Amino acid sequence: MSWTDEEVVPRVRSVAVTNDARPTSPVGIFWRSTIGKKAVMAVTGGVMLLYLLVHMLGNLKIFYGRESFDEYAHWLRTIGVPALHGAWFLWIMRALLLVAIVLHATTAYQLSRRDLKARPQKYAHRQRLEASYAVNTMRYGGIIIALFVIYHLLDFTTLTVNRHGVEGAAYDNIVSSFSVWWVTLFYIIAMLALGLHIHHGFWSAARTLGVHSAAREKNLKIAATVLAVLISAGFVTVPIAVLAGLVD
Amino acid sequence: MPETTSLGSGGSAYWTVGDDIADTAAPDGPIETRWDRRKFSAKLVNPANRRKHTVIVVGTGLAGGAAGATLAEQGYNVIQFCFQDSPRRAHSIAAQGGINAAKNYRNDGDSVYRLFYDTVKGGDFRARESNVYRLAQISTQIIDQCVAQGVPFAREYSGLLDTRSFGGVQVQRTFYARGQTGQQLLIGAYQALSRQIDAGNVEIHPRTEMLDLIVIDGRARGIVARDLVTGKITPYLADAVVLATGGYGNVFFLSTNAKGSNTTATWRAHRRGAHFANPCYTQIHPTCIPRSGEYQGKLTLMSESLRNDGRIWVPKTKGDTRSPDQIPEAERDYYLERIYPAFGNLVPRDIASRAAKYQCDDGRGVGPGGLGVYLDFADAIKRMGEDKVREKYGNLFEMYDRITGEDPYKVPMRIYPAVHYTMGGLWVDYDLQSSIPGMFVIGEANFSDHGANRLGASALMQGLADGYFVLPPMLGNYIASTKLGSVSLDDPAVTSVVGEVTGRLGRLLEINGDRTPDSFHRELGELIWDECGMGRTEAGLRKALARIPELREEFWRRVKVPGDSGELNQSLEKANRIADFLEFGELLCIDALHRAESCGGHFREESQTPDGEALRDDEHFAYAAAWEYTGGAPVLHREPLQFDYVHLAQRNYS
Amino acid sequence: MNLTLRIWRQRGPEDRGAMVTYELADVSPDMSFLEMLDVLNERLILEGEDPVAFDHDCREGICGMCGVVINGQAHGPRDRTTTCQLHMREFTDGETIDIEPWRAAAFPVVRDLVVDRSGFDRIIGSGGYISVVTGSAPEAHATPVPKDIADAAFDNATCIGCGACVAACPNGSAMLFTSAKVTHLNLLPQGAPERETRVRDMVATMDDEGFGGCTNTGECTVACPKGIPLTSIGNLNREYLRSLTRR
Ligand SMILES: Cc1cc2nc3c(=O)[nH]c(=O)nc-3n(C[C@H](O)[C@H](O)[C@H](O)COP(=O)(O)OP(=O)(O)OC[C@H]3O[C@@H](n4cnc5c(N)ncnc54)[C@H](O)[C@@H]3O)c2cc1C
Ligand code: HEM
Ligand code: HEM
Ligand code: SF4
Ligand code: F3S
Ligand code: FES
Repeated sequence: MSWTDEEVVPRVRSVAVTNDARPTSPVGIFWRSTIGKKAVMAVTGGVMLLYLLVHMLGNLKIFYGRESFDEYAHWLRTIGVPALHGAWFLWIMRALLLVAIVLHATTAYQLSRRDLKARPQKYAHRQRLEASYAVNTMRYGGIIIALFVIYHLLDFTTLTVNRHGVEGAAYDNIVSSFSVWWVTLFYIIAMLALGLHIHHGFWSAARTLGVHSAAREKNLKIAATVLAVLISAGFVTVPIAVLAGLVD
Repeated sequence: MPETTSLGSGGSAYWTVGDDIADTAAPDGPIETRWDRRKFSAKLVNPANRRKHTVIVVGTGLAGGAAGATLAEQGYNVIQFCFQDSPRRAHSIAAQGGINAAKNYRNDGDSVYRLFYDTVKGGDFRARESNVYRLAQISTQIIDQCVAQGVPFAREYSGLLDTRSFGGVQVQRTFYARGQTGQQLLIGAYQALSRQIDAGNVEIHPRTEMLDLIVIDGRARGIVARDLVTGKITPYLADAVVLATGGYGNVFFLSTNAKGSNTTATWRAHRRGAHFANPCYTQIHPTCIPRSGEYQGKLTLMSESLRNDGRIWVPKTKGDTRSPDQIPEAERDYYLERIYPAFGNLVPRDIASRAAKYQCDDGRGVGPGGLGVYLDFADAIKRMGEDKVREKYGNLFEMYDRITGEDPYKVPMRIYPAVHYTMGGLWVDYDLQSSIPGMFVIGEANFSDHGANRLGASALMQGLADGYFVLPPMLGNYIASTKLGSVSLDDPAVTSVVGEVTGRLGRLLEINGDRTPDSFHRELGELIWDECGMGRTEAGLRKALARIPELREEFWRRVKVPGDSGELNQSLEKANRIADFLEFGELLCIDALHRAESCGGHFREESQTPDGEALRDDEHFAYAAAWEYTGGAPVLHREPLQFDYVHLAQRNYS
Repeated sequence: MNLTLRIWRQRGPEDRGAMVTYELADVSPDMSFLEMLDVLNERLILEGEDPVAFDHDCREGICGMCGVVINGQAHGPRDRTTTCQLHMREFTDGETIDIEPWRAAAFPVVRDLVVDRSGFDRIIGSGGYISVVTGSAPEAHATPVPKDIADAAFDNATCIGCGACVAACPNGSAMLFTSAKVTHLNLLPQGAPERETRVRDMVATMDDEGFGGCTNTGECTVACPKGIPLTSIGNLNREYLRSLTRR
């Protein structure tokens, strides 16, 4: 190390961590960042939430009787006709849902891995957590919901595991499934997981998307609770009703 | 010709007197234009050439942080150090009350000239007029700079900046950010510095402590520093060295300074040839939380701003043990309001501190050991309402509550004076250059512009003025006007300093005695507080001067430093700093002994007016005392002070 | 008071580390937590053992240097209080106290209770500032700032960079810290020109440093000695998403 007026000394090197692989396009930046991924989760969660709201309301039609419900199931397949061909709407919706769930699950997986890596060691003295039941229930709850959806599709959509398994006879398919106590139990557990997921998820999504503020805090919390209760209760009434013999 | 001085009967030679010195860098002529003329006459470094020059900045407080950021912006290569884990934690962060500036936003008669006048007078006529005037001029630019950086100063509903008054002045010129002004200003400087670090213009070394200075051919060319994590000792070379290492208040062990604040950098530089000026000027702050027990390691300041609205009192009867709410109005003595009606609770710090000491010495003190007086907000709460008080002082009240377990909204606070700021420091000329060419000293580390006493809210102003505005052009001038040869790491001057540093740490570890480093620090601190604290006497100082060398000798015989030097070793860091305090403490007492007058923060009991006020002796002591290190008795160089604008007068605050 | 202390001891980053138990007698309730550790260390030195390394400096709750996890809580049981401002009157005689360092991948342990928080500095360096070259600032009153904005900016500016938020977060996330700085500077008119680049770059650095993402758990704000609110995280998200829609 020696400096004279004549020599040109290279500038001191930065000690900052600069990552050359940083993307420069807005989409790249967005997808790479934790906040971006969370936003994807929030939006896809929202899409699924909307679907479930409609799905739940539709399910309640079961209380109007077999005909009414089967008609509704049929209608689902033919929405948009004649503007759209046959079951196009259904397929568009399915595609959307598929994209949503894949993105949601991928980001959930990637972020969860990252989060676990960021905090590899637990405290010897168990942390007295104020609110974080939510984190674990979100992860495990999500997995329960995923398993549920798979089973559910095999049950009612492909009818692979359905005991009745008659296409077009949605009402009877449902009744047959829920007549088995453990299937019902599984559904109920899944609905509870879903309720918890939405309870934290809705409010969390509001903050993730930045629509949350101190002034709105209370209203958002109320809305999250109402939504969660509404959806899980709405769904749960069906298997309970079947089990209780109200629907048969 | 140096002459040997011995004091009184049987006095031994504590120091010798050398030639007078002068501040040759200072321009003369009209004071209003001195700084402009100095800047104009300074040589400039061509922007393209600046990147060929490297500057070491030690310290990242207001002074160092501001300097590092500014020098890097201007294009110099900066290598910067601090002993904390981040530059953001320098002790400046703890400043609470505010920062002065002659903005005159209130139209209450403030001006650059008035700030200058107040500071010279407040400093008890022991500061240089030129420097103080410059400081007052720059003060307004500081506020502009900080606001642009996003420092969230308090604002009025109009959206404009709010100001308040502070001890010792009758205008409202103090800008503040709740009770966290230092924090906000430092974060501003830290952010500017971080930007330069990220841009690669500053190489930052946190958790790295400067342990010595490298002087080659009479010029400061680098430092030797220890990486506190790995223990590695490394020399760093540069074209100039800037010390911004803060004050030495911790020589008293108990002070309001951060635990790590130390004198090592300045003391080592002193040993290498830099004059140390006015070490005895220490400021005792009147509003600290009284100490609660032996184990106590640190005192906590309550901002002086509390004196704006709080009223200070003691019971009129001695040894009154009633709880404060049981003492009726008529039996309370609001002694500051009584003795100093014009300034009341807002008299300067030294006066307020001494007044509290007298009340306590007189047996009217309150709280444990009778070492405390009340600072009462009952009237303020009645006048403004609790909410307004909370808005203004909330965080201070909270802090008091946390420490004492008492709620100051209900019970008056107890306060007692404590060491807080050190006006003394390394001697520098108008350009902020020390007596070692190429070494500049800024902020609290230099013998600042505050004379014998600093006014509240002026240290932040001085640190930032030095770092942002004064040092950069003057450092450029040095570099532009000096032909600096190249130096190499193999230079014997470098290797010998590295060897000395390593050897010293090795010796500390080898002693393996039976006393902890802290026990020595505590003992030294108590001694200096007792004999060289609020009141100083010749007899007491002699006692301290007899004891310190003994203690030092004992330290090098009995200290026990566990661990190794090649690792994070906080005991070793401490012991090394204490070793320097043990040398420095002696100079502090010698300076106090030699200055047989009272002025500002230095109160010699022998020199007081009939009513107990500090009595200056301008005939004999109107100078700054710059001490030269010799290894034996230090040599005193006097820098005579001249007062052409503010006429020498006894301070009068009644 | 007599206390049993279980303290995390770890010689260096490579060492495995373990909890070690110490008995400490005659602790005064008026001591601060760090003064209690000072007393322990004095004893350890005299007994020829290595004292416990811990970070601290100002001991006034403002520098952000101190910080340990006490009984599973960052900065201990008292709300809005740093470790140095915590006093032993918060504990009871005979209690066992667990003392551990901040735990997060981005804060590797240096020794005992000391961790490396330099990641925070790099987050700030990547955008947590307003670029204003010294001397180029306009007159301070040229830009009035409405009081409510100034106050909100201030609330966020009070962050001391202690890292308790990261320590408390089950994901080791630095969102609260980053959000405080982004909120402080982006609220102010002075910070507006760099509003987008600031948040984009700071978040990128935060991610690069290995901090986890935020799952809106809310532990951070509970541990924060300065009470930085969760709404700041919402604000950070908003600022970030907004920034990607502009160039
Ligand atoms: C509690 C308190 C409250 C105060 N309130 C006010 C106020 O309201 N208004 C006001 O104007 N003033 C106030 N002051 C005074 C003011 O804060 C200080 O004088 C000023 O901040 C000092 O700044 P500085 O940059 O010189 O040093 P510091 O901020 O002390 O910085 C010193 C720097 O040097 C580094 N350092 C030191 N030694 C070494 C070494 N050997 N090696 C490497 N690095 C080293 C440190 O790491 C640090 O970065 C207050 C002081 C205290 C103690
Ligand atoms: C494949 C199954 C699913 C998995 C594995 C899963 C997992 C997760 C996880 C881990 C989170 C993050 C928790 C957090 O950030 O706090 C999350 C959030 C969320 N999930 Fe799911 N989930 C699944 C299905 C669903 C469904 C069916 C819905 C629709 C109701 C949904 C709605 C949400 C919402 C709204 C959020 C909040 C997003 C945010 O915080 O920004 N999820 N999910
Ligand atoms: C207990 C309550 C529920 C009942 C009775 C129920 C019933 C049904 C039925 C009958 C179908 C088949 C419709 C058809 O193909 O005609 C169906 C489809 C589906 N359900 Fe449910 N469901 C319930 C809960 C849920 C939940 C909680 C989810 C998601 C988390 C879900 C997701 C789906 C999906 C994705 C499909 C496939 C849609 C398609 O692509 O055709 N259901 N459900
Ligand atoms: S946000 Fe709070 S907890 Fe986090 S670093 Fe800042 S002050 Fe500490
Ligand atoms: S605790 Fe962690 S998950 Fe988010 S809300 Fe706080 S950063
Ligand atoms: S030591 Fe500074 S905040 Fe605790």
